[in-house]
Amino acid sequence: MHYMKPQTAAEVSDILARSEGAARILSGGTDLLVQLRSGIIEPEMIIDIKHLSGIADISPEEGGLRIGAAVPGQQLGEHEGARALWPGVVEACELIGSTQVQGRCSMAGNLCNGSPAADSVPAMIAAGAIARIEGPDGPRDCPVEDIPVSPGKTSLGKGEFVSSIFLPARPKGAADAYLRFIPRTEMDIAVASAAVNIELADDGTVKSARIALGAVGPKVVLVPDAADAITGSKLEDPVIAALVRACEAACNPIDDKRGTAEFRTTVAGVLAKRAARIAMSRAQERAGERT
Amino acid sequence: MNFQSKTKADFKVVGTRVPRPDGVDKVTGRALYGADFSVPGMQVGLILRSPHAHAIINSIDASDALALPGVKAVVTSSDLGVPEDEGLRDVQDNCLARGKVLYDGHAVAAVAAKDMATAKAALKLIKVDYTPLPHVTDVDAAMKPDAPVVQEARADESVPEGSGPNVTHYCEFGHGDLEAGFARADKIIERSFKTAATHQGYIEPHACLASYGTDGKADLWCCTQGQFMVRDLCAGIMGMEGSQLRVTASEIGGGFGGKTTVFIEPVALALSRKSGRPVKIVMSRVDVFRATGPTVSSSMDVRIGMTRDGRITAGEAKLRYQGGAFPCGTVDMGAQAAFAAYDMEAVRTQGWNTLTNRPKEAAYRAPGAPMAIYAVESVVDELCQQLDLDPLDVRLKNAADAGTKSSYGPTFDQIGLMATLEAAKAHDHYHAPLGENQGRGLSCGFWFNFGGNTSVSMIINSDGTVGVTEGNPDIGGSRASISMMAAEELGIPYDKVRTVITDTNSIGHNDVTDGSRVTFAVGLATIKAARDAIRVMCGRVAKIWGIDPDAVIWEDGAAKPSGPNAGNFEPMTLAEIAAISSETGGPIAGHHEVNAEGAGVSFGVHLADVEVDPETGATQVLRYTVFQDAGKAVHPDYVEGQMQGGAAQGIGWALNEEYIYGEDGLLQNAGFLDYRIPVASDLPNIDTVILEIPNPGHPYGVRGVGETPIVPPLAALSNAVSRAIGVRLHELPMSPPKILKAITAKG
Amino acid sequence: MKNIHVSTTINGDDAEFVCAPEETLLDALRNRLGLSGAKEGCGTGDCGACTIEMDGRLVCSCLVLGAEAQGAQIKTVEGMAIGEALHPLQQAFIDHAALQCGICTPGILVAAKNLLERNPDPTDTEVRYWLAGNLCRCTGYDKIIKAVQIAAADMRGA
Repeated sequence: MHYMKPQTAAEVSDILARSEGAARILSGGTDLLVQLRSGIIEPEMIIDIKHLSGIADISPEEGGLRIGAAVPGQQLGEHEGARALWPGVVEACELIGSTQVQGRCSMAGNLCNGSPAADSVPAMIAAGAIARIEGPDGPRDCPVEDIPVSPGKTSLGKGEFVSSIFLPARPKGAADAYLRFIPRTEMDIAVASAAVNIELADDGTVKSARIALGAVGPKVVLVPDAADAITGSKLEDPVIAALVRACEAACNPIDDKRGTAEFRTTVAGVLAKRAARIAMSRAQERAGERT
Repeated sequence: MNFQSKTKADFKVVGTRVPRPDGVDKVTGRALYGADFSVPGMQVGLILRSPHAHAIINSIDASDALALPGVKAVVTSSDLGVPEDEGLRDVQDNCLARGKVLYDGHAVAAVAAKDMATAKAALKLIKVDYTPLPHVTDVDAAMKPDAPVVQEARADESVPEGSGPNVTHYCEFGHGDLEAGFARADKIIERSFKTAATHQGYIEPHACLASYGTDGKADLWCCTQGQFMVRDLCAGIMGMEGSQLRVTASEIGGGFGGKTTVFIEPVALALSRKSGRPVKIVMSRVDVFRATGPTVSSSMDVRIGMTRDGRITAGEAKLRYQGGAFPCGTVDMGAQAAFAAYDMEAVRTQGWNTLTNRPKEAAYRAPGAPMAIYAVESVVDELCQQLDLDPLDVRLKNAADAGTKSSYGPTFDQIGLMATLEAAKAHDHYHAPLGENQGRGLSCGFWFNFGGNTSVSMIINSDGTVGVTEGNPDIGGSRASISMMAAEELGIPYDKVRTVITDTNSIGHNDVTDGSRVTFAVGLATIKAARDAIRVMCGRVAKIWGIDPDAVIWEDGAAKPSGPNAGNFEPMTLAEIAAISSETGGPIAGHHEVNAEGAGVSFGVHLADVEVDPETGATQVLRYTVFQDAGKAVHPDYVEGQMQGGAAQGIGWALNEEYIYGEDGLLQNAGFLDYRIPVASDLPNIDTVILEIPNPGHPYGVRGVGETPIVPPLAALSNAVSRAIGVRLHELPMSPPKILKAITAKG
Repeated sequence: MKNIHVSTTINGDDAEFVCAPEETLLDALRNRLGLSGAKEGCGTGDCGACTIEMDGRLVCSCLVLGAEAQGAQIKTVEGMAIGEALHPLQQAFIDHAALQCGICTPGILVAAKNLLERNPDPTDTEVRYWLAGNLCRCTGYDKIIKAVQIAAADMRGA
């Protein structure tokens, strides 16, 4: 095995393209080293991307934020601007692993690991986050929801890797929230999760929403029916009931050691309901800040 | 031995909270654990494990592995003999499979190589030809007559005719007329329970370093709860004489019973013998879960009758335990412990052990007792609910006390159950209000406590300090308590004593650190060794004073004339006597060897408050209090530590910990991610109340405290959750999907 | 496979080692540099016994490659005491019985020190969540949390 630390995106993409799948990207390594240790993967090359320019930066861009692919969760959590703009994304990212894992794990890595239970992915998808992908033909942008394909698989092409995540600008009367269910209070993989991102109209009703569920299918699922259910409402009880039904209907989970399909489905609905209420109250608070 | 007449009450050192002697080493990283030893020329040992739950090994071809540069040796069971002793043979066959693999992760072969990368590569080159066989991992399925047969003809003489082919052991305890007892009951409840297998979950994986010389002498360093046990098992397996194998125990990173046998040590010795080099083996966490001993899993039926006013009239328990692929007797302890907290007129317990295709069970803190008592305490709680009785009052009404004929036979001496129950009743925890979705549960717990073979030697240094040498690995601070008891008896300050744990060639035999025996038995031997040294010192002083040795007494760390008739001499302190020892007959030492009896049983009562999220089934433990009789708490901090640690383990067992096997018979959660031991944020503070009802069998009244506290949490949590959600649960762990399902089913 | 030469700083001292590309920083610390205070409990980042500080952030050294230590500032349990003076956390752990077997202690001390440097006055809940990645099987955490709080108070007063 070789360890390489290229200095430019072009080099990374060149090594990736030439390696025919025998190279792996190392950013925080909190998934990669576990896979190496267990022998699940035996790459010929490890490409440490932490030496690329800007890869560990959080930069303002068009009212939003660009988060480098090597920004660890803890660094994102320390960023006041990110917390204020996308509290749900930040809280999701901060739920990845322990304090020690937070010192290393990145949202881009969380995304590219391809797990349907990845904590930051539903929040990014609900946020409408855009991944910047570097490749042989230069950079391209891609909505985060188009990247995971199935457990462990992404839509990234030959020589491609994610170099940053862009969280867009948003009006003041908008907020997001993320909740997951784990059997313990920490150190677990989500058994079900829900991210809700809403924008309020001036009258305080939901103007638009995006709702994503994790760990209830082969990939994180965006649930437009759930968003439709709450649009135009103030999350009155019947609306919440419709939201829960829409979420449950979007679930297609498996029975496994972490939970039954029935349990995942029920809990996904509960979490979506609770996350929607949190997002609503955050959005109301932010809307109030205008005056 | 009965010390009751002079159980000590006025203590100077015992009962204080002194700093532990290994504290600085352990907070600075200097302490050396199993994996921290190394010697020049050391090779890396790695073990190949079965990918099947049950299979015949047709052949093992290691020629490609041996051809790999850097590979020094490969061993399989054919490198070892076949011990005549059945128990030893089982231990050996568990370390290296012979003929068949019996569970997922069963060791098949091992390699010694120059480094980890080479060892890993070599393992892949070992070709094992298997014929998979049908497997069984569930206890009830394994007991059926047509179940896949794990091992042929392993039933002992206790097993009734007609039992299934995997049943290896049967036991029965109790007394009184059961049916007459049930006839007197106003209410009888019978329920069936299941508990999953759990793992001790020590954070330090097993590790050892073996160095076998061409002269047939060997050294072994390892993390273990008993170096003498390791020596005896390994010498037996290797065909060595005991004196030729010296075993040194490292600092131990947790054991809880799981390090009371061997898994890798004979393999490392065999590799070292074959390669002619020292070999170190460190288990991976995955292998620890797959191939070291978890607990039994159980299936149980309990039936209890009670009068309207809360008197238990009869109790019956049928316990079915599986202890993995080899016979074990754990169910005996469950069947004996099940009703130990109660004064019963009629009681009967029956136990069956069955083989399954799972790793060989190992001890885990009060082995066999937590699940049996969980079942009993659950039924008692349900009776209290149905009869509208206070669960503490019912326990008090039926509690065993001094003079009670126990449910397993012996009559109890002084015991602390009544006092613990009364302390719980008086505590504000029991009376604190509960909110919505909250419930309070309580349970009694019990453990026998062991004594056993123990050797201690004590040297009085010429500078007035004292060295204590003992042979029981210190898991939870025992060196502190041993030093304290030595200082107490000698009448010198604690910091003048240093206690060390030595190897198998440097002191007499010591049984394993288990059964909550160390503070009791090693403490007892230390006190006796001190008395032996005092006898020598008094003799020396008698010589100096020219009086009869019987006229010299020992008080406050000094020899004194026994009274005015003995003469008028200034007391001589230990330091003064030691300083001139070379002029009075030479070095001064004491020692004591004993097979200690009189350990004194231990009872505890736990109170747990929980809140259950009715929409997700998640349980939060809000408040937890442990009440336990310690006899005499030598070092109260570490007594509390045992109570808190045991409670935390029991909470994990109750809520989330479990071995999960798939249809394929393979373990699905061999890691700390999915084998969920409690993390810091899962638990509340664990409050403790120590009761001190002296054990008549120990000069200071000490009882073991280590094991009892894992027993009550299972039922305390189950009773709390059941009361919080308004529906009874009968299965552990009470993971959120199970709780939510119960809530949903209730409607 | 080509070994990599790494120059780094450990507990304030320059250090150099050679490691294999796939070798973890934990293995390099323990086997190449003789710093065996960090322990391997799982090798998968689930137990925290190998916790060290790297450039000011806590990491599981089992989830870091040795090669990544190039140019980094690394702190381990071996660097906590200064001369004969134990760190207040170390002293509090001894004085208040916050360890039993001690295998998790180095990782917990390093993690707690990092917490108190960021937040000198944490709540119990904050301490518990911060340390959730450090498994302890002996103590039930009660005395650990109390010792961290006692050390924190001591450090605030100092």
